[in-house]
Amino acid sequence: MKKMFRGKKYFIEALWEGLLKISGSVTSIIIILIVLFLFSEGMGLFKKNVIEEGYVIAVNKNNPIKDLTPQQIKDVFDVKIETWKELGADVSGNQIVVLRLDDIPNYFPEEEIAEDMSNLPQIISQILDDNPGMIAFVPKDFTQTNFTGKILDLGNINFKDFFGGKEWFPTAQPAHQFGVIPIVMGTLWVSLGAILIALPFGLAVAIYSAELASKAVHKVLKPIIELLAGIPSVVYGFFGLVVIVPLIQKTFNLDVGETGLAGSIVLAIMALPTIITIAEDALRSTPRAMKEASLALGANKWQTIVKVTIPYSISGITAGVVLGIGRAIGETMAVLMVTGNAAVIPHTLLEPVRTIPATIAAELGEAPKGGAHYEALFVLGCILFVITLLINLTVEYISYRNKNKVA
Amino acid sequence: MDYLKRKKINQASAFWILKIMSVVVVAMLFWILGFILVNGFQVISWDFLTKMPEDGMTKGGIYPAIIGTLCLTVGSMIFAFPIGVLSGIYLNEYAGKGWLVRLIRTMTNNLGSIPSIVFGLFGMSLFVNTMGFGDSIIAGSLTLGLLALPVVIRTTEEALKQIDNSYRLGSLALGATKLQTVVKVVLPMAFPNIITGLILSIGRVSGETAPIMFTAVAYFLPMLPSSIFDQVMALPYHLYVISTSGTDIEASRAMAYGTAFVLIMIVLILNLCANALRRYFSNKVKTN
Repeated sequence: MKKMFRGKKYFIEALWEGLLKISGSVTSIIIILIVLFLFSEGMGLFKKNVIEEGYVIAVNKNNPIKDLTPQQIKDVFDVKIETWKELGADVSGNQIVVLRLDDIPNYFPEEEIAEDMSNLPQIISQILDDNPGMIAFVPKDFTQTNFTGKILDLGNINFKDFFGGKEWFPTAQPAHQFGVIPIVMGTLWVSLGAILIALPFGLAVAIYSAELASKAVHKVLKPIIELLAGIPSVVYGFFGLVVIVPLIQKTFNLDVGETGLAGSIVLAIMALPTIITIAEDALRSTPRAMKEASLALGANKWQTIVKVTIPYSISGITAGVVLGIGRAIGETMAVLMVTGNAAVIPHTLLEPVRTIPATIAAELGEAPKGGAHYEALFVLGCILFVITLLINLTVEYISYRNKNKVA
Repeated sequence: MDYLKRKKINQASAFWILKIMSVVVVAMLFWILGFILVNGFQVISWDFLTKMPEDGMTKGGIYPAIIGTLCLTVGSMIFAFPIGVLSGIYLNEYAGKGWLVRLIRTMTNNLGSIPSIVFGLFGMSLFVNTMGFGDSIIAGSLTLGLLALPVVIRTTEEALKQIDNSYRLGSLALGATKLQTVVKVVLPMAFPNIITGLILSIGRVSGETAPIMFTAVAYFLPMLPSSIFDQVMALPYHLYVISTSGTDIEASRAMAYGTAFVLIMIVLILNLCANALRRYFSNKVKTN
């Protein structure tokens, strides 16, 4: 009887420990799943054609051109590039003529096009033969049989076009433009601006709260900072939209107040609690003996703070700042609401910009599932994931080194 | 003498600057709170809280959004609380100091710092598409639950860390097993801190927008959900919609203030509850 009781007890203990172990490993499993899903969806983009699904780009059969980048295709069809020389090809006539399906009646009597469009391949071939400088964007179906033009093999979207592209027009025809530079730049500008504003204020409050404030003041300050951290980001965004955006518009006399600066200010307010809490903890961890030694040597309180407390806790402060940057880079809603979301490379903070999270939030709803646009947004998600992972590992390294130093 | 004077002036001016900057930060918070509370309070009425939105969301109330947020928050907590608390217990009471535990800790920290929009992408890919839940309460709750998990784990761990080791040793010395020690001695003592942490995490989850944008919420849905596979409206998303892309942004401004007011009140009340609980329990421990 007693033995059985022991066995049962042991069984429950083992079961409990197993349950705990499983729960403990859940976070690791989630991270692995996130990586798996994000990257598998995102990598699909690099298996997609440069031009829209189901279409081809065709030229005259004597045209020596072999390859075009998405940027070049866009410029050609937007009539920004007008001669073949600019594309590095020697074509008689040199002038580029663009042909879309709608343009066919300009070259060929409309009545002679068959009802079921069965003779379109010959028609397109003939038009291409007649015009040596022509480039055509036509459905793939019309180039399968009896087609004499040269179909350009443009290949898939590659890393270089994605990470080096300067234009983000995910729905552009005939070639989607997935250049992340403007979006990455926008993210960096806004976050940098935010941290420049938040750093002095955050440090000031942390020093004040850790070194100067009386117990009573500290008791009031702490819940206030906690509350600041608890307010939903969408409320900050709303506040920014109705207060800060008009304020910036009036102050700088701009056409629109939705600018990078508005984003930076809102993000700075949101990053403050992170910086304050961590920096304050770091400042408080300075051994009392060190501070007292400094005071005993005749330094006053301010000198002690500058020469002893801050240098001692600098790694903790750095960790707080880096985490604050991480929070600013990943913040979605507030930025989406106040920065104006223009996907152009910003030159000043007084222009509308767009960040990585805001792009995902704004466009994912409209991107058809499984399409190139959808997958491009997942690649943006991957970039964001990698950035925050790096930031977090940096912080962990800093605190690890710090621990060793103290030991 | 001159040096001493300069030293004094330096300190005084530095302290003044610190004080002024701190006041600016506090004033900023009161400005935000005051602005929204004052403007929102005029909109709040019983009808606003219990009626459906009307006239392209420019009139009426926000009842379905309140219920939606409630559903999503409760759902995420059902998922995150048990797993998070168990995980916290494992990390603090059972796990040793090996590389595996260090890895799990790093992973938990990393999960906590992943931007919420990435959770949204992941939730959409896994719960909505792969598992086929569609945009639904369950998909949104699970996504929010993932977001809350690291917070719950950290809270539990911190609470357990504060329990002095002598209590555990005392219990073990009396012949209790490890399980009995954890359940009967450690957990009851850590309970107040765990609860306050959980309350604060509810506040964080209820205000999140990005994770539910593509997993649970509807733009406009003037009815209540009937099962966990239904779409819902939610307060934070509702505020986003009516303040940026509604049918008539100017006309729905009043509704936006009201919604922001409700969102802030949720956080404020949860914070007050957490603080009150903390005080209540700490008094109780002292009298014992």
